[in-house]
Amino acid sequence: MYRLPAIFFLLLMTVVVVGCGDQHSTGDNIPSPNGSDLRGRLTLTGSSTVAPLAAELGKRFERLHPGVRIDVQSGGTGTGIADARTGVADIGMASRPLKDSEMDLTAHHIAADGVALIVHASNPVTEVSAEHVVAIYTNGAHNWNEVGGPDLEITVVHKAEGRATLEVFLKHFKIDNPTVKADVIVGDNEHGIKTVAAAKGAIGYVSIGTAEADAKAGVLIKLLPLNGVAATTDNVASGKFLMSRPLHFVTIEDPPPLAAAFIQFCQSQEVHDTIVAQYFVPVPH
Amino acid sequence: MTPSSPNTLFRFHIDRWLTLITRGAAIISAAVVLLVVAFLAMESWPALRDIGLRRFLTDESWHPLSGSFNLVPMITGTALTTTGALLIAVPLGISSAVFGQFYAPPWMAVWHRRLVELLAGIPSVVFGLWGLVVLVPLLAPLGGSGQSLLAATLVLSLMIVPTIALTSHSALSSVPHELIAGGAALGLQRWAIVWRIALPAGKAGIKTGLLLATCRALGETMAVLMLAGNVPRMPDSVVSPIRTLTANIALEMGYATSEHRAILFVSGLVLLSVVSLFVLVIDFVGGWKNA
Repeated sequence: MYRLPAIFFLLLMTVVVVGCGDQHSTGDNIPSPNGSDLRGRLTLTGSSTVAPLAAELGKRFERLHPGVRIDVQSGGTGTGIADARTGVADIGMASRPLKDSEMDLTAHHIAADGVALIVHASNPVTEVSAEHVVAIYTNGAHNWNEVGGPDLEITVVHKAEGRATLEVFLKHFKIDNPTVKADVIVGDNEHGIKTVAAAKGAIGYVSIGTAEADAKAGVLIKLLPLNGVAATTDNVASGKFLMSRPLHFVTIEDPPPLAAAFIQFCQSQEVHDTIVAQYFVPVPH
Repeated sequence: MTPSSPNTLFRFHIDRWLTLITRGAAIISAAVVLLVVAFLAMESWPALRDIGLRRFLTDESWHPLSGSFNLVPMITGTALTTTGALLIAVPLGISSAVFGQFYAPPWMAVWHRRLVELLAGIPSVVFGLWGLVVLVPLLAPLGGSGQSLLAATLVLSLMIVPTIALTSHSALSSVPHELIAGGAALGLQRWAIVWRIALPAGKAGIKTGLLLATCRALGETMAVLMLAGNVPRMPDSVVSPIRTLTANIALEMGYATSEHRAILFVSGLVLLSVVSLFVLVIDFVGGWKNA
């Protein structure tokens, strides 16, 4: 009797060991016999800003081509670019222009996104000038009454190094990152919005698309205009709102046919409604 | 019951196979740790070679994209949040176990234990969200934004209380009944039984709980990220924002490229050293020896 458990254990181990060996094997990009319909699997990784949009576009593409599966994973622009280069992903998603060191890759412009300054909804301030923004972020101003607001301590909300919105913000106001004296450093846009909504004296900057949607949904934030131009997706589209960034799909120079077809689909007129529904701005091609 | 055929040769085979398999499994589980260390060392090697370990401790600030790499504020942040959380959670957790085991009426002990188990099951991101929406605005009047060392420590201690309480509870409940009954027969009061008999007898189990709780506190990322403010600066009060080593990696890894990535792996390597140090300290702290 006492031998039985040992045999079961052995069997179990065998099952486990055999199970480990057989990894999933997927057929990539097998062309269908008639050649008219696309088949295969596309993997997209990268910017958490682009990921929700790419997922929506992917769903539409899958409906048009039932033989295609599109997987979207978010992990930041850096990951997207690295994955596109190493081939881990067919397409990388980037929320900034390519740097000089990344010129071996090709960027495909999909949409645009603006970065807006946000404050708590109860803050009576209607606009903060560029000099005041610089002063607030580089420790020159500690109270809203120094920049024409109420007597309220300023909580400076900043982003972690490497974030695309941070680069857009620093470039626009010509601030050198080490000179910034932040009170809170946040990760993604939602984290920034929740932080500002929770502190009456806070100021931060996030993606306009996300902020506009949250403000409409009743989150206690207010988007500040820039040089008199309101922070709206419409003004980003018309090019009037200057603090903005491109959203890219990044591939190797000669992407496989399926990836090329998907990119062409995402740049076409017919997906503009999806881009707008995701609070981004379509760009003409 | 008749024993099955006494084929000793066959049994020997089984034993031999089991020895091989368990040995293999043991080697694999130990090798995983070594592999992780090797991987961390390999990934961070370019940064260590080009920058040198010393600059990670002596640079002016943490601005990896502008060439300064001081990790000391993050090491301090991790050490402070973990120590603070342990200071709050250890008395709470052990008291909770003692209460459930020796003072509570049976029906209350059962419900108390169920509630603590429920607390253990709450995911860290829920703790983080709760802290951000409820606790942070409450702490804001103390100064600063409310996202601070204090907020992170408080929530972290809530997260490790159930680990300590549950392991201490099972340690105390496995103390042989004869010991307790013997104490009672000698006329000892309840606190003396707890303090002189039950706690010393259960200390091996309690210590394991402490280790698990410490590791959870050191490794916790999401909740701390949402609550600590994450400014990589030495804190000057409990309401100052701090950044932990885990938050440092989580905040920047997604967007980091080439050298920045290697530098973040150094951060991981340092975290691993801090964890080992804490484990060693707990292992050798006076009174917990030979458990």
